[in-house]
Amino acid sequence: MKEADQPQGKKKKKVIKHRVAMPEQDPEVRIRNFDEVPLGYTPEQAQAEARRCLQCKKPKCIDGCPVAVDIPGFVDLVAEGKFVEAARRIKQTNCLPAICGRVCPQETQCEAQCILGKKHDPAAIGRLERFAADYEREQGLVELPPKAPPTGKKVAVVGSGPAGLTVAGDLILLGHDVTIFEAFHKPGGVLMYGIPEFRLPKRIVEEEVDYLRRLGVRIELNQVIGKSITLDELFDEEGFDAVFIGVGAGLPRFMNVPGENLGGVYSASEYLTRANLMKAFAFPDYDTPIVCGRHVCVIGGGNVAMDAARTARRLGAEEVTILYRRSRQEMPARAEEIHHAEEEGIVFRLLCSPIEYTGDERGMVRQVRCQQMELGPPDESGRRRPVPIPGATFTLDTDLVIVAIGSGANPLLTQQAPGIKLNRWGYIAADQRGRTSRRAVWAGGDIVTGSATVILAMGAGKTAARDIHHYLSNPDAPWVEEPSAQEVASSET
Amino acid sequence: MARILAKSELAPKIHEIVVEAPRIARKALPGHFVVVMPDEHGERIPLTIADFDRHQGTITLVMMVVGASTLKLSRLEVGQSFYALIGPLGKPSEVEAAGTVVMVAGGVGAAPVYPIARAFYELGDRVITIQGARSRELLFWTDRLAAVSHRHIITTDDGSFGRKGLVTDPLREVLEEDRDKAIGCVYAIGPAVMMKFCARTTEPFGVKTVVSLNSIMVDGTGMCGGCRVDVGGQTLFTCVDGPEFDGHRVDWDLLISRQNIYHEQEACSLEKYLQQFQGEHAT
Repeated sequence: MKEADQPQGKKKKKVIKHRVAMPEQDPEVRIRNFDEVPLGYTPEQAQAEARRCLQCKKPKCIDGCPVAVDIPGFVDLVAEGKFVEAARRIKQTNCLPAICGRVCPQETQCEAQCILGKKHDPAAIGRLERFAADYEREQGLVELPPKAPPTGKKVAVVGSGPAGLTVAGDLILLGHDVTIFEAFHKPGGVLMYGIPEFRLPKRIVEEEVDYLRRLGVRIELNQVIGKSITLDELFDEEGFDAVFIGVGAGLPRFMNVPGENLGGVYSASEYLTRANLMKAFAFPDYDTPIVCGRHVCVIGGGNVAMDAARTARRLGAEEVTILYRRSRQEMPARAEEIHHAEEEGIVFRLLCSPIEYTGDERGMVRQVRCQQMELGPPDESGRRRPVPIPGATFTLDTDLVIVAIGSGANPLLTQQAPGIKLNRWGYIAADQRGRTSRRAVWAGGDIVTGSATVILAMGAGKTAARDIHHYLSNPDAPWVEEPSAQEVASSET
Repeated sequence: MARILAKSELAPKIHEIVVEAPRIARKALPGHFVVVMPDEHGERIPLTIADFDRHQGTITLVMMVVGASTLKLSRLEVGQSFYALIGPLGKPSEVEAAGTVVMVAGGVGAAPVYPIARAFYELGDRVITIQGARSRELLFWTDRLAAVSHRHIITTDDGSFGRKGLVTDPLREVLEEDRDKAIGCVYAIGPAVMMKFCARTTEPFGVKTVVSLNSIMVDGTGMCGGCRVDVGGQTLFTCVDGPEFDGHRVDWDLLISRQNIYHEQEACSLEKYLQQFQGEHAT
């Protein structure tokens, strides 16, 4: 260890190289159920892991966190066995710790900055966050934090995904009157319909939403803003003083190859919504059906592709193959998700892309023909572009295809919302604080950035909430748009 | 909200439900649809709005029992509420003066046709309605449709009421009679096969033909793509790009095969529900 890397704590700590392993369900068992895969730390395991933290004087991990959780602070509390205090410390800046502890890509955020990680395993910050939040909840020790006196200001939050829940959680504590409008029949957005039960149990989402309800957040379900109520009406008739739009991306992408409309070819969004939100995995106890394939192909290499593949496995598929057009190195999925998928026997066929589906007489998909690729020079994303190898194709038998190649901007709300500028991809143009081109309207999450992560959406929600509060405290100040985060980034390069 | 105020069985397995939905009623236009769920275990079912009363804050839905969720819907009593009701969804009908319009309603399609026929009627167009059903007992809303039509032709497959035969026979005759080309547009709403053959009938006459598709959906807001249809070689979503499309450009065989994806599962879930229901009521 170099001098500069050393913690400036009271006494020099003995470095423990490896993190405490978290127990998991055995792959052979878990592919037959929808229960959560990692089982969580015991208090002893959590304390042992927390003691590995070097308690750096200038902690870098906080910089890696989009919502700036006091990581060394809560980890130290875990080490001391003060688990409830640890949970409350996290909640000072993150109202959804049980969710973030499970689905954040810590390895590219807080844990990527951890000094321990330079030579050894970084501190398992995500696991500790999950432990603290679960402990507080499971012990029934969740307390409502104090709220500021009512301001009399009304805020509408459109969409109850991670961005919307964060905005609501922050503004309710500041004394504002907050109502969330959700189009589906359950709150939670992608946390409910997208992320599978085995990665994020729905009761945890329900309990985190319930926490917001107890704080006083109203949730109106089955309301499609832009249809049942327009943005104008939120201001003019419902009397809201500010509106935050966090509706997610929400428009499935397809590849437009022949046969893509055959039965048994799903967008990942439809497949996962049927399985998760509508609980098709429990059909016929639940009425919503789903095609259960034996030979399943999942197109794409992101987290959603891993979720879809692992769901198909649990729904009884004999063989699940992920078809990805680049190589392993470019796969956008988290390492942990890829690892879990591999453990569950998911087959990866890299450097190939479907070019045609063929079906049977009933119009159900039966085969997929694929084009083999090789990597050419880098494209605008910086990743090497896949280029077809002339004449190199192969065919696979399949009876279920899930297209998981990302989402575009759903225009349902924006086309009914005059005065809100969109960028050239149809996403809402918002400045660094989340302000849109329309006064008193903010936006954040995937409807601004395109498909990203839960925590980035929460980060955007946090930033917007801060600015909404500032605006509501000085409502007569001019509505000035600052450059967008994107513009700032490009001007810096 | 979503409380049932009135219900009646219009014909075997066809139910009319009037539901309290002030926000939806205020925005509803002919052609819009809603998504309903009977209970927490239910499927999300798209239903075209059959009528609406802005003043009373109600909408009227007409649904046919085909699976477990529609059966559960039909069994909800006055005073109970749907578990979920969202809308109005989709694009409304383009109701513009067309001279003469022909409204073809097949089976349960009489319900979605009604508000569109009324809108054209109130606009001053001449409305010719052709209403068909398999047999007399399956006909409903004949009086309502007659009240907004200048001519009302009824057909039944078995000849038990009106003309014996299919709706396409009078449709062809009406088009052939139309020597001065007064018919600006044909609407055809009903089972996919009926709409397909209506579109095929009107095509040689070159008359604009609008159909309202009943694709399988989940969210109804453009998020899942389950309702995708091929219209003129382009993939569109019924829920946000429709539900009304140019009938001459729809790939009907694709639509019909996509409607049948869950045929076996639907039968299985209905059977399971019926067993459970009978079990509960046997004691």
